[in-house]
Amino acid sequence: MRNSFVRLGNITIVGLKSIARNKMRSLLTALGVVIGVACVIVSVAIGAGVAQSVSEMINSLGSNFIMIMPGAATQSGARIFTGQSTLTEEDVQALRREASALAYISPNLRTAAQLVAGELNWSTQIQGVDVDWPNIRSWNVEQGAFFTDGDVRSGAKVLVLGKTVADNLFPNGDAVGSVVRVKNVPFRVVGVLEKKGGSMMGSDQDDTVVIPYTTAMKRLMGQQKLGGIIASASSAEQVGEALDQIDAILRQRHRIPPGGDADFMLRSQEEIAQANQQQVQLMRNLLLGIAIVSLAVGGIGIMNIMLVSVTERTREIGIRMAIGARGRHVLLQFLFEAVTLSVLGGLIGVLVGVGVATGIGKIAHWPIVVSPTAILLSFGVAATVGIFFGFYPARKAARLDPIDALRYE
Amino acid sequence: MASHVIEIKDLVKIYRLGEVEVRALDGVNLVVDAGEFIAIMGPSGSGKSTLMNIIGCLDRPTSGTYVLDGANVSELSRDQRAIIRNAKIGFVFQSFNLLARTSALENVELPMLYSDNTGSRRSRRDLALDALYRVGLKGREGNYPSQLSGGQQQRVAIARALVTNPAILLADEPTGNLDSRTSVEIMGIFQELNDSGKTVVLITHEPDIAQYAKRIVHVRDGLIQQDERVEQLRVQRQGIAAPVAPVVR
Repeated sequence: MRNSFVRLGNITIVGLKSIARNKMRSLLTALGVVIGVACVIVSVAIGAGVAQSVSEMINSLGSNFIMIMPGAATQSGARIFTGQSTLTEEDVQALRREASALAYISPNLRTAAQLVAGELNWSTQIQGVDVDWPNIRSWNVEQGAFFTDGDVRSGAKVLVLGKTVADNLFPNGDAVGSVVRVKNVPFRVVGVLEKKGGSMMGSDQDDTVVIPYTTAMKRLMGQQKLGGIIASASSAEQVGEALDQIDAILRQRHRIPPGGDADFMLRSQEEIAQANQQQVQLMRNLLLGIAIVSLAVGGIGIMNIMLVSVTERTREIGIRMAIGARGRHVLLQFLFEAVTLSVLGGLIGVLVGVGVATGIGKIAHWPIVVSPTAILLSFGVAATVGIFFGFYPARKAARLDPIDALRYE
Repeated sequence: MASHVIEIKDLVKIYRLGEVEVRALDGVNLVVDAGEFIAIMGPSGSGKSTLMNIIGCLDRPTSGTYVLDGANVSELSRDQRAIIRNAKIGFVFQSFNLLARTSALENVELPMLYSDNTGSRRSRRDLALDALYRVGLKGREGNYPSQLSGGQQQRVAIARALVTNPAILLADEPTGNLDSRTSVEIMGIFQELNDSGKTVVLITHEPDIAQYAKRIVHVRDGLIQQDERVEQLRVQRQGIAAPVAPVVR
């Protein structure tokens, strides 16, 4: 038993010497695996980074967030969007009164507009909301104050700027109290929101302006229907209950029988997260697929070189066999060489991969998460690739006839 | 009997080349005792190489028996023959067959790496150095084959053949790639090893080289045609322990 270990040790010495004798060839062989492993690590890191930022973005929607969207009316079994919203101010009031599982609720209208402040102007998205909005979105005011209930009731021409908008229109930081014109209507800036950060699609969440929804409907959009409603449940456990309550109340108000198709859609934060996770997962799988293909190509590179190497070293194999190397000695030697090359390639690949991933993260400002799992996994796959693609050439070498091999020129 | 190192009886080897059967060996009988120095001669196509492949356990006979050092090796598998080759046969080839880019010392250590009782690294090194000294290569341990002359390379090969202390030294045209002066030196080494008790089997087609043996066997058409003890031509000077000029590095 001990002897076989010793002999295995000898074979590893033989294999290592053989690799050291052909440094350039060994390096080029390993290069395929280096690229493959680096590819896996980089793509997994990017994928994980995107996933993380998506979940951060979804969390940044607010806690226990629920979204109510109009539409999805059904005619003759076909889902259509009529373009006309079905949600009204009265719906919001009813939900506020009756849905006990809700903590906060606010209409949410969106429109794009050009803002002008002095000589500067800025195109952005305007959201018409209620006073509960900062609580729903967990998004506080940094300077000044959010508009008041009175502002909402009176349809006051006040606005709260997102950080990006404030920075662009008021580079000196004197936004609060200033006047901004939206569609030629003068608005008074009452507050500036704290920085929230970018969203998953690269859009800037801080590039927004918040005004009372009443003002938005009357002054900017001229419509009575609401583009959407946002709310938050009183706790995470209450989200399901809240969804049920909203569904029941809106069905009753819109006179839709139970089982009939609703003219509104409900999405909880969890569902939004799931939908997004699916997309992210798809992207990650795609990246991983490409990376695995490149790893396989690296493996085939190893097989190619090992095959050439077996032919080139036929005579060496013959010599080894003549002086007593058995089939498995030769097999193990070549297998060991292939595995060492791929493991070596894997090791360098890990370093390159981590380096490149970090570099990309720094230069392109992408979120990058280098996971130890990916490193271990790609390393393991590299070693497996070595065994898999090294086996055929190694077996070919082991099956050579010593007489023919010795005669080989 | 232990004194018979090689006992070959009715050895037949048939090659099939498509439809044609070639009887390379057609009933060879040969007994070699321990301590003999035998030259096997014959023109090409005589079956000499086939006989050497079988004696060297590189190939198996079609029929007949071959007992090497008391063990019947005529029907062993590939791996079993590899073990026998490792333990009982020391090969010396015409084209030296050293591993390139591998030092003389490492080349000599090589057979021990495939041995069943491989010993420690230290003992392998000592045995290999000892074998190199025996063939007069003190100071050349670290040289690669490309840094050695043909004669020196063949000495490394002889050291490699010696290092496992095999039952026979099997030399296949060992001087075929060497000039005549170096050839004589190499034959001198074989003679000295034989003097110290090693059994040497020499395969050659050159009568000049065969005369350094004590016994000459002629093979022709797959049969032993002639088997005679001869007066050995001794190589003078060049001792095993002959002083070798130290190499200045």
